[in-house]
Amino acid sequence: MMTGTSENCLHLRSLGELRSALADGELSAVELTETLLERIDGVGASLNAFVTVCRDDALAQAAAADRALAQGRAGPLTGLPIVHKDLFCTRGVRTTCASKILENFVSPYDATVVARLKSAGAITLGKTNMDEFAMGSSNETSYFGPVKNPWGLDRSPGGSSGGSAAAVAARLVPAATGTDTGGSIRQPAALTGTLGIKPTYGRVSRYGMVAFASSLDQAGVITRTAADAALLLGVMAGVDERDSTSSNEPVPDYRAALDVPLDGLRIGIVRQHFDAGLDAANAERVKAAVALLEAEGASTVEVDLPNLDLSVPTYYVVAPAECSSNLSRFDGVRYGHRAENPRDLMDLYCRTRAEGFGAEVKRRIMTGTYVLSAGYYDAYYLKAQQVRQLICRDFKDAFEKVDVIAGPTAPTPAFALGEKTDDPITMYLNDIYTIGANLAGLPGISIPCGFVDGLPVGLQLVGAHFAEAILLRCANRYQQLTDWHTSVPEAFA
Amino acid sequence: MSLSKDQVAHIATLARLTLVDDELDDVVEKLSRIVDFVDQLKAAPTDEVVPMAHPLDQSQRLRPDQVTETDQRDRIQENAPAVRDGLYLVPKVIE
Repeated sequence: MMTGTSENCLHLRSLGELRSALADGELSAVELTETLLERIDGVGASLNAFVTVCRDDALAQAAAADRALAQGRAGPLTGLPIVHKDLFCTRGVRTTCASKILENFVSPYDATVVARLKSAGAITLGKTNMDEFAMGSSNETSYFGPVKNPWGLDRSPGGSSGGSAAAVAARLVPAATGTDTGGSIRQPAALTGTLGIKPTYGRVSRYGMVAFASSLDQAGVITRTAADAALLLGVMAGVDERDSTSSNEPVPDYRAALDVPLDGLRIGIVRQHFDAGLDAANAERVKAAVALLEAEGASTVEVDLPNLDLSVPTYYVVAPAECSSNLSRFDGVRYGHRAENPRDLMDLYCRTRAEGFGAEVKRRIMTGTYVLSAGYYDAYYLKAQQVRQLICRDFKDAFEKVDVIAGPTAPTPAFALGEKTDDPITMYLNDIYTIGANLAGLPGISIPCGFVDGLPVGLQLVGAHFAEAILLRCANRYQQLTDWHTSVPEAFA
Repeated sequence: MSLSKDQVAHIATLARLTLVDDELDDVVEKLSRIVDFVDQLKAAPTDEVVPMAHPLDQSQRLRPDQVTETDQRDRIQENAPAVRDGLYLVPKVIE
């Protein structure tokens, strides 16, 4: 492990540092874009983090950014590089969801997240690999093969936003978008030593995000610093008339909130978070991180989430149910893969879908179909929505007493590729600490908080609805006191 | 196994998925494990609990019923596997 200095090496600099350098004319957007594209195709190639690299397009955008900078027309992100998880629709660049069924799909429009970042001046360098349709926790369900973890190429980077997390961890880009339905931003962030924030449900528009589970999906970012996450979230967040579930709640100035001291902050510690399922060394790093926040003036309070152990089974009813409805649109008629020589319409549907979807996606579609089918709806789907209500109440009660809940992001550091693919349940349990926030629609953040056997682990903070500014403030203060986030995997220094 | 081969075959039909024979055993086994796992919900006391509909206490916004989008059929159909004269082509459904 090496601690990088960001003075000379462009790839080690944060968005904030790059922004100043571009504004001062010390650096051109073309130079920056070329440097990072070279890293993506060079040292980064071993990671399989990208589905598509937008070389020509990115260089053209960079040239335009340099003109804008020279003419004093710069936006908040002009010339700054970003990559998008390959489930954000990008006009003119294919959007695959890492699935064979969308292998050649080119969206006719931009997702709102993409459009907002673009109009703020950000340059899209490419689209990142992921678990197929965001269904997975290890990136192994991708049609394009697994992403590798920069901290150990035999390790999973987590999932489903594994390509985004690996790209940021390997210093191929300073920032990437991701989506989080059950932990898909926070868990890969933890496993790669990056910072990942999943905002409140409805905080960021879902328009143009290929849907997995619509009541749980939320877009966010993976960066190395809290300040960079605040910069991007400020651009991405806010109501969108194209997503009727996006929230009207005003967007605060996240960057201005970063430096508010932590005095008086109440941190909830959940007893159930530190039970037998958590790796002991991992627990120790998380406790040390909390102690550091306490030394900054925060206090800790024990809180109870009595239904926490039901969150994973609840999720594996609700999410597959929504997935089975959402993915019914892939029928081989309007877009995507289509089976050859169909006998009739039924044969066209069934073979198109059998050929186009991978094993995990099929399992989830079938699980969802089962729990919604006649005779099982009440026993599974309705029951799960009731338990979901109980889980929400637990969080609500907890947030009467505390401002944030602190705990681990994942039970262990990065596991080996292939280690958990035989049993879906073992894989599902990886999300035990993250899923609750999705079920309750709460914001959560994972912050690098140390290493176990050379592999990074994350501290997770969950806040009340729309408390992103508090999460970012805690993360920013923690990063001022520690240097875990500046550690670079040796092969990528 | 909590699910039989027949049940899984029926689910696959409802889900519009062809399962080949050597796939079926694996799917029966793994789906059964998932069903067993989510069965633990049955023990949770939920009498009188209102099922959750939305993560936030927010009702859906309404908008005026006005046409705001332009016709983009040709661009949208560029992604279609088979079209003719602006129509999607499917196997014959009416004799």
